[in-house]
Amino acid sequence: MNYTFDFMSVFANWDRLLMGAWLTIQLSALSIVLGFVLGTLCAIAYKSRHWLVHGLVKAYVEIIRNTPLLVQVFLVFFGLASIGWKLTAETAAVIALTVNVGAYTTEIMRAGINSIHPGQIEAAECLGMSRFHVYWHVVLLPAVERVYPSLTSQFILLMLASSITSQISAEELTATANLVQSETFRSFEVYAVIAVAYLALSFLFRGAFWLVSQIAFVRKRKLGTNL
Amino acid sequence: MNSFSFLHVEYLLQAAVWTVVLSLVAFVFGGVAGFVIALWRVSPNRLLRNIASGYIQVVQGIPLLVILFVSYFGLAIAGFKLTPLVAAGISFAIYCAAFLGEIWRGCIQAVPRTQWEASECLGFNRFEQLTKVILPQAIKIATPPTVGFMVQIVKNTSLASVIGFVDLSRAGQIINNSTFQPFTVFGCVALIYFCLCFPLSALSKHFERKLNVSHR
Repeated sequence: MNYTFDFMSVFANWDRLLMGAWLTIQLSALSIVLGFVLGTLCAIAYKSRHWLVHGLVKAYVEIIRNTPLLVQVFLVFFGLASIGWKLTAETAAVIALTVNVGAYTTEIMRAGINSIHPGQIEAAECLGMSRFHVYWHVVLLPAVERVYPSLTSQFILLMLASSITSQISAEELTATANLVQSETFRSFEVYAVIAVAYLALSFLFRGAFWLVSQIAFVRKRKLGTNL
Repeated sequence: MNSFSFLHVEYLLQAAVWTVVLSLVAFVFGGVAGFVIALWRVSPNRLLRNIASGYIQVVQGIPLLVILFVSYFGLAIAGFKLTPLVAAGISFAIYCAAFLGEIWRGCIQAVPRTQWEASECLGFNRFEQLTKVILPQAIKIATPPTVGFMVQIVKNTSLASVIGFVDLSRAGQIINNSTFQPFTVFGCVALIYFCLCFPLSALSKHFERKLNVSHR
């Protein structure tokens, strides 16, 4: 093997790679927040007694979970453009990622909501809490706390999956790497560097989620026990 | 400009065969490696445990797309001229091994501790314990999540298109480039993926109910 590794030409482009990483963080964070809201709403709608609402949510979850993200990204980006709704690559990426993670969040949140014991809800009703209060304090918050580990690993997978949006030229980390690669011809070096960068990003996200859990779950922080 | 026709659907179906082939290659090789990883992960030897968990940490922290690029270009540097199928197969095996290893570790550990102790009392050595007592029970627990993960594999093979492997997604892109009917083309592609994945999802759910693992 006579190949000399040249990482310097990759590090010479560190500022662009950093910008790419920043966009990856932005895309992922936005999609996670939007997808979480969408998924939670869908999980609530899934419990609806109305067959149409229930059926629609079920179809949404099954369709998204059984098709690749790449195809979903293409459908949003090229498909919507072909019917005259032109989106920037970044907007299309956020839409596709949100819709994608929303479906997974629906399933996770549904499991969380189902895990709430009916007695808890009855007890809350006996205390005279309104329907909204029951749902918020007794069902949703404990449900989120219980499924939080699954949610975070799903969200970290989403952050990694955001690399797929490089295929529609959203200028995130992988797309930047593709550009640097085509300028320097140091393909292995570039991708090895961003592999490490993604590893660092996943640790960063894990840390951020831990911080959020410390702030959001007061009971757990004070008692240190699981629900 | 030609429009989307039955010939294109036939082309897509041919490409879908390659998606299935790649998925099988990934599952078989990833499964073998994943089994080793899972055993290492529960091994009494701390070094093996750390190697396995380090491997899982690293692979699960890197996007599959980047794994594909690194192994495709990395192997080329090392002097192997690989066809896209082999390069993609290797990357997917690396990827699947990490995930299947972690899934199966959970399944092995889900077998009650007392089963280990009881088989130890019967004078089984570790190999006999695993093959005669633990694994038969673990396989039952492992079936639903493994089938579920096969859906992930099928979907993720769409990424192999980036290193020039003509699978279903790549075929869709090629057709879209000539017909400019993205909704029809990618809708069709999505439909084929759905037809591949949905039976697997349903099967996974069926096993979950039948083996009734969650309520034990």
